[in-house]
Amino acid sequence: MSGNMNITLKVWRQKNKSDAGRFETYQAKHISPDMSFLEMMDVMNEQLIKDGKDPVAFDHDCREGICGMCSMYINGRAHGPNKGVTTCQLHMRSFKSGDTIVVEPWRASAFPVLKDLIVDRAAFDRIQQAGGFVGINTGSAPDANSIPIQKHLAEEAFNAAACIGCGACVAACKNSSAMLFMSAKVSQYALLPQGQPERKLRVLNMMKAHEEAGFGACTNTEACEAECPKGISVTNIARLNRDFVAASFTGE
Amino acid sequence: MQDFADSIAIKVKFVLPKLLGASKCYNLIMNKFFEFLNSSVGRKWLMALTGLFLCLFVVVHMSGNLALFKSDGGLAFNQYAVFMTTFPPIKVVSYINYALILLHALNGFYLVYRNKKARPVKYEGKKDNGPVSWSSRNMGLLGSILFVFIILHMGNFWREFHFSPMEVLRYTTNGVTGETQIAAIPYEQFVGPKHYYENGNEIVIVKNLYGEVAEAFTSPLYVLFYVISMFALSFHLMHGFQSAFQTLGIRAQNFKGIIQGIGTAVFGVLIPLLFAAMPVYFLFFK
Ligand code: HEM
Ligand code: HEM
Ligand code: SF4
Ligand code: FES
Repeated sequence: MSGNMNITLKVWRQKNKSDAGRFETYQAKHISPDMSFLEMMDVMNEQLIKDGKDPVAFDHDCREGICGMCSMYINGRAHGPNKGVTTCQLHMRSFKSGDTIVVEPWRASAFPVLKDLIVDRAAFDRIQQAGGFVGINTGSAPDANSIPIQKHLAEEAFNAAACIGCGACVAACKNSSAMLFMSAKVSQYALLPQGQPERKLRVLNMMKAHEEAGFGACTNTEACEAECPKGISVTNIARLNRDFVAASFTGE
Repeated sequence: MQDFADSIAIKVKFVLPKLLGASKCYNLIMNKFFEFLNSSVGRKWLMALTGLFLCLFVVVHMSGNLALFKSDGGLAFNQYAVFMTTFPPIKVVSYINYALILLHALNGFYLVYRNKKARPVKYEGKKDNGPVSWSSRNMGLLGSILFVFIILHMGNFWREFHFSPMEVLRYTTNGVTGETQIAAIPYEQFVGPKHYYENGNEIVIVKNLYGEVAEAFTSPLYVLFYVISMFALSFHLMHGFQSAFQTLGIRAQNFKGIIQGIGTAVFGVLIPLLFAAMPVYFLFFK
């Protein structure tokens, strides 16, 4: 697959965690408008390899918008200019031939850059491990529908559970706050009966992990909601705020 | 004697541990409270509660100051100032108010610092903030302007009124004609504000704070500073008022529209506009 687009890329290069890093400019030639942004990066990397240079390291896995790996800050926007998509779902037809595109890693002290565009998002894992689970009995599977759940709550919980942990909310937030991510993880259980036993402990422990990781506080700018590829709503943050206060003063 | 010794022994044996237990419990509660306050959600709750209290103050302060627009030689405004500084419950509230302003400002500055530290390296790509409001991204800057404003503002009117010698006026209102005569009396003879009736005349003796305000606003630079500060107030509250409800977790869909409406119309436009009208009125129409 090749096409007629020529793109200039200004890409962040950083050897390792301790390297200061800098921008390098590369050309991506004969790009098809039907390519995804990642495929365009592949073409650029192949050229770099042919030229005997180190290819640009970037995270990716599913390339179908569900794994949340493809973290790239493109032209001042998380996952580029389109709404509701990850980088792998962004296509070159969203750009013009001759464009210069700036590509950077997520910027947050809680997400240190490992190499080039790859950041370490283990801080999300630590938040998730701190409370993103429910205690259930193992053994034979329970009867389906043995616990009645209101339809609209099930829908809300499901919407919150759509979060793929991509980190775009942190990247877009001026405070590098992980409140949208955390609120989704809190809400997906808080809305369901199965999430009630650990409800207070969950929000307290997740909050602790959030603070220890060095994420910022929420100023309610709502940049996160605008950039989230899964449309997670800041309504979840309001729920998190309520739950956290209730747990702080009434939890054991 | 034996009884007394027994009662001491009983106290040491049974009451003391209880008291220690109670203080332990107290410590536990306080620890929890400080842990809450130090978390980013707790700090935002503090911002929201103090901010909403300040919103209330601003409404009252603005309404009271409307007396400045009266053409009565400052009688109503000066009497209002006496009421606000002598009526005990209001005095208590005004001390709470000073404390909350300081708490709001210091906590706000700390949040700005902590939030900046969370992003040590800035983005290079041209900024495209999409639907994000300018106010919400600049609460620290707007708050800093308000901080400077409040310091200079209180350093002027509030300090003068409370701690400096000032012109004292005697308003004599004729009970029949309703006409008011104004006379200055020497500061040395002033023994506090007075309000009484004499020979069918209503007599009011007060410090002329109105005159201080009128004089301050003869300086175009000072008026400009006030007007700019009221823009800062407008933008701070345009985002702040509705944001405080989100912080407190109050966010029902139908309620949200009402909150946003009040935030924009009342706190974003009406209050800053009427505040700003005061210095402008004195500069151009007095
Ligand atoms: C622009 C029009 C304004 C005028 C003409 C004005 C006038 C005054 C005057 C004359 C006083 C002294 C009276 C007293 O101490 O009770 C005062 C006090 C004060 N003003 Fe203003 N003010 C204005 C706007 C503001 C704004 C926008 C704020 C806050 C954001 C503010 C905050 C305060 C505070 C905190 C005090 C001390 C109140 C107290 O002692 O309880 N003022 N103002
Ligand atoms: C004394 C100077 C002031 C400073 C330094 C200041 C600073 C700030 C800052 C930095 C924030 C944003 C905090 C964050 O979301 O991260 C904020 C929020 C807020 N401020 Fe102020 N402010 C000041 C005065 C005022 C005044 C006079 C009012 C009201 C009349 C006010 C009302 C609010 C409200 C309602 C919020 C929103 C709280 C929230 O988002 O939950 N502030 N302030
Ligand atoms: S809330 Fe949205 S932007 Fe944030 S991690 Fe989840 S999917 Fe990504
Ligand atoms: S690579 Fe999986 S979401 Fe983009």
